[in-house]
Amino acid sequence: MAIRMTKPWTPLTPDTVKKLTGQMGVYQFADSKGDCVFIGFAGGRSLFGLRGEVEKALTAPPEGATQFRVEVNQQYTTRYQELLMVHVHDHGDVPAGNKGKPLPQLGRLSPA
Amino acid sequence: MNLEPTEEQKAIIAQVRRFVREEIVPLEDKLDPDASELAADDYARLVAKVKAMGLYGLDIPADFGGPGIDMTTRVLLAIEMGQHRAGIYAPCYGVFGTAGLAQLYEATEEQKEKYLRPMLRGEKKGFFGLTEPSGGSDPARAIRTRAVKSNDGWVINGSKVFISGADKADFGLVFARTDPERGRGGVTCFIVETSNPGFHVRRIVHTLRSSHYATELSFTDMKVSDSAILGTLNNGFAIANERLSRQRIPYAAQCLAPAYKAHEMALDYAKQRETFGAVLASRQAIQWMLVDNEIDLRQSTLMCLAAAAKCDRNEPFRMEAGLAKIVASEAAGRIVDRSMQIFGGYGMTKDFPFERWYRELRIRRVGEGPNEVQRHVVARDLLGSGLK
Repeated sequence: MAIRMTKPWTPLTPDTVKKLTGQMGVYQFADSKGDCVFIGFAGGRSLFGLRGEVEKALTAPPEGATQFRVEVNQQYTTRYQELLMVHVHDHGDVPAGNKGKPLPQLGRLSPA
Repeated sequence: MNLEPTEEQKAIIAQVRRFVREEIVPLEDKLDPDASELAADDYARLVAKVKAMGLYGLDIPADFGGPGIDMTTRVLLAIEMGQHRAGIYAPCYGVFGTAGLAQLYEATEEQKEKYLRPMLRGEKKGFFGLTEPSGGSDPARAIRTRAVKSNDGWVINGSKVFISGADKADFGLVFARTDPERGRGGVTCFIVETSNPGFHVRRIVHTLRSSHYATELSFTDMKVSDSAILGTLNNGFAIANERLSRQRIPYAAQCLAPAYKAHEMALDYAKQRETFGAVLASRQAIQWMLVDNEIDLRQSTLMCLAAAAKCDRNEPFRMEAGLAKIVASEAAGRIVDRSMQIFGGYGMTKDFPFERWYRELRIRRVGEGPNEVQRHVVARDLLGSGLK
């Protein structure tokens, strides 16, 4: 598994979201340029898993979000932290949409 | 031999049991099932409560401001503190504090001032860097990280894996080979600051564990001074070993915490759940599972207490600690497995804590020295080290 999510982005539309799986995992939203604006996870208490979490963004998307990608992952808590830490390494901060929201304590990664 | 806890032990156990049930479990019920930390305000509030109870920093020696409890009491508390969903690797989400890196109690005064005391005050975090991609069970031979003497200190190159907390740490203990010709007598322990430009946390190593994930480290021309050596040159293996033996007893007891809780839940459920017109508890198949749980719990608790008693008497306890670790880690896995079976489909869901316990307990048979290595050590103690 690559440390960074590399799947292509999918347009954030009702049709694409309803095809998503209900499993646990992590997801990212991006703006039209492909810059990540939010990182989240669908955990054990998420209703309908990834589909449920991404569906919420159809009505209240993180600012600028027009596309998304997901990764089914049972280790969603550690993968979520890893994606946030990699973003901080690459961009100096967490994505704009994660600011002001509760965040786990993040460490420092310097991926090769 | 008196196996009855003292009145003081009973009072502390009751206090901690109440704390877990009234403070931790209600908060945990609102967290993600795989959560490993509390919200910052809840954490601070509960730390204050634990300090008021006089139980903060359970593993800190009395000389350094800890409550100075004996190993037997520590075992009894470990069994209580972990009786919740995250209890195996994050008992009470860390609000009882930590002793951090026990090796630093042997440090020089200067090192204690710089690392140990800030760590005990919660101002600095450390990590323990022993295991390498080439192996963790036999560090004396597996360590390939090299420290080479330079004009003004040492230059370290190499890598480590399965290291917890390194990405959030301010410093760590890094074991490196300083004399390639001398096997276990050629390993030195260095105190390394994570702000060192040669220090890198390359990735998170995702495992079955939901909390305290492991990381992979690399060291590239990492320069440290002579004063970074902990203990003496080429004596790192003894430092590593001392820590691993001593922590094995509470490590074993921590395995039993979720096992006690799982058994309690299975007993309750078996008395309520009806199938084919009768409660599960009336079925012999279920009764035997519950009895086997009880046998496993009692045997492993006694083994942990026996090891703790020897430690408290200042007698050699390496064999007892190893036996306790083997028995407790294996028994706890069986108990959680049987309890899940009694719960049926619900036992597999994230609605209940069994699945997390099941996953995380599996690691306990490998962590802190795999059970096969423990058996090897016990065999050597039984048969003598001259056996080839």
